[in-house]
Amino acid sequence: MTKVLYEKSRGLTDTPLTYCPGCSHGIIHKLVAESLVELGLLENTITVASVGCSVLAYDFFNCDGIQAAHGRAPAVAVGIKRTNPDKIVFTYQGDGDLASIGTAEIIHAAHRGDNITVIFVNNAIYGMTGGQMAPTTLVGQKTSTSPLGRMENLQGRPLLVSEMLSTIPSATYIERTSVHDVPHIRKAKKAIKKAFQNQAENKGFSLVEVLAACPIGWGQTPVDAAKFVADEMASYYPLGLYKDEGVAK
Amino acid sequence: MAKNRLTVDTVVCKGCILCVPACPLGILAVDKETVNAKGYNPVKCTDMDACTGCAMCAMICPDSAIRLEREV
Amino acid sequence: MKTLMKGNEAICAAAIQAGCRAFFGYPITPQNEIPEYMSYHMERAGGTFIQAESEVSAINMVFGAAATGVRAMTSSSSPGMALKQEGISYMVGADLPGLIVNISRSGPGLGGILPSQSDYFQATRGGGNGDYFTPVYAPSGVQEATDLTQIAFNTAEKYRTPVILLADGILGQMMEPVEIKEHPRIEADKSWVVDGRADERSRNTISSLDLSGEGLERLNLKRMERYQEIIKNEIMVERQVEEGDEVVIAAYGLAARIAVNAMEELKAEGINVGLIRPITLWPFPELAFQNLPKSVKHILVAELSMGQMIEDVRRSVAGSHPIHFYGRCGGMVFEPSEITEKVRQIVKGEG
Repeated sequence: MTKVLYEKSRGLTDTPLTYCPGCSHGIIHKLVAESLVELGLLENTITVASVGCSVLAYDFFNCDGIQAAHGRAPAVAVGIKRTNPDKIVFTYQGDGDLASIGTAEIIHAAHRGDNITVIFVNNAIYGMTGGQMAPTTLVGQKTSTSPLGRMENLQGRPLLVSEMLSTIPSATYIERTSVHDVPHIRKAKKAIKKAFQNQAENKGFSLVEVLAACPIGWGQTPVDAAKFVADEMASYYPLGLYKDEGVAK
Repeated sequence: MAKNRLTVDTVVCKGCILCVPACPLGILAVDKETVNAKGYNPVKCTDMDACTGCAMCAMICPDSAIRLEREV
Repeated sequence: MKTLMKGNEAICAAAIQAGCRAFFGYPITPQNEIPEYMSYHMERAGGTFIQAESEVSAINMVFGAAATGVRAMTSSSSPGMALKQEGISYMVGADLPGLIVNISRSGPGLGGILPSQSDYFQATRGGGNGDYFTPVYAPSGVQEATDLTQIAFNTAEKYRTPVILLADGILGQMMEPVEIKEHPRIEADKSWVVDGRADERSRNTISSLDLSGEGLERLNLKRMERYQEIIKNEIMVERQVEEGDEVVIAAYGLAARIAVNAMEELKAEGINVGLIRPITLWPFPELAFQNLPKSVKHILVAELSMGQMIEDVRRSVAGSHPIHFYGRCGGMVFEPSEITEKVRQIVKGEG
């Protein structure tokens, strides 16, 4: 008899992931899918995909899904959740989507304390459009629109989303994680699971920021990119719990 | 016979080799003899007998290309 | 039973009667009574009300709620409608029903809060990016605004499209006796909804994205087929044209209401004038402009704009009659006497 030690989560569809080799999106997708399956929530979940590399996320998660306009995923999720409060609704957004064009939508979903889950993938770049500078690009980091590296005097220092959102009174749970190695993947999964559990328990707005690698966009090998996340990104973006005020409403 | 069985979905594997340094025993390597339809060299296990089934390779694989089973 | 109601509030009451159970809005004059009314009455109807952070978010909340099969609505006024165009285009791309009410003001830019019909192009030409149309209903009174609100929800669901109710600040603010009628709700197919029931059926997805040219063309052509059905079935027009009419006034909404007063005055003077009042602005009632009585020598388009509907009238008339124009803009509303004067000039050959 054989026992399965690890296999692809049934929370993911058979559609092959369209991400580049070594892209962290695939790892984060697995953690979301596994969490939803383990919590028994998958079939009653609605994915709200955003614009960027994860635009096709509604094809990858094995549940109902919808594709939102750039930055508007939290507003779409709120429209779904408020009219269907017994369903699980999550947005899956990158840094261009959430931290640039969608700042109003994410801030006000948190501000209202909307009972949704947000998976925020911070890979410090616009991957889909060819590697342009994001609000989260590190100072000195070269991109196709910061060819000499991001300059603090012209482009400011990167936006700290988890820190910012944790100051919002009605936000419930904010944690920053990373998926650059297996111990951190385990921690990220715990956080993602908690963010969904919170929603199931009606605790309000939960967001997990995940530091992620974009090897192709950064011009690095996947292994070097994982090291860049561990050394450079995690030192500017401190990992950890920023807010946890989970009280069922 | 090996206690654990590691299967790589060579169609799906993109050869990113994140699993190679993740393996504590260093028994994963690029299979240079194989090229899949996407043009990638997938990984393979070089010493199945040594595999402890810790699944760290599978956990870090972005494409869920690694499946691990154990004979019980 | 008739009740004296403000246009904005009557639209809300009609929407709730029609089964609307989600309203997402943002303050902007002169439509504020709509979110205000909804904030009180939607909750009591067991629905959802949110004052969103922006018009952009409000229309995207409609997008989300509509995707789950709920009858959803938003309202705004001209500059806010400009912001909603992104969401409306996405709703079209995703084939989602919904009602968007524009209690228009004068523009461009921040413009002014006085009534205007300067959003005609925006409403009837798609308004956002892509190849599309949205049905547009243009009431000329409070009762008609309520009736059209109810009809609009059915049209939206029947053809899976956002629908626009286009009125203006005067219609929104004025009070008239109104009866919120019982309006039957159509039984629309809802098998496509994304409401988190993948355990009961195969999973559903909703997206406006199709990266293959062939696929997107197919979707657009399918939508065009639905547009043909809308054109065939849903055109509404008031046509009061009789043998003996010398001039026909083409006007919609508030402008048509004023034109009716002018017509009565002209009739007393012995100048017979007819009226063609499009109620749906898209699809436009082109046929109403054909087979006019032989007595009709002139067409006068009267609009509270610098001339927008006149383009559709020109297309419909197709050169058979000379077309004249009278318009005021910037929030200025013409008096019936301005229309009568214009008609007198036309008849004298000075128009």
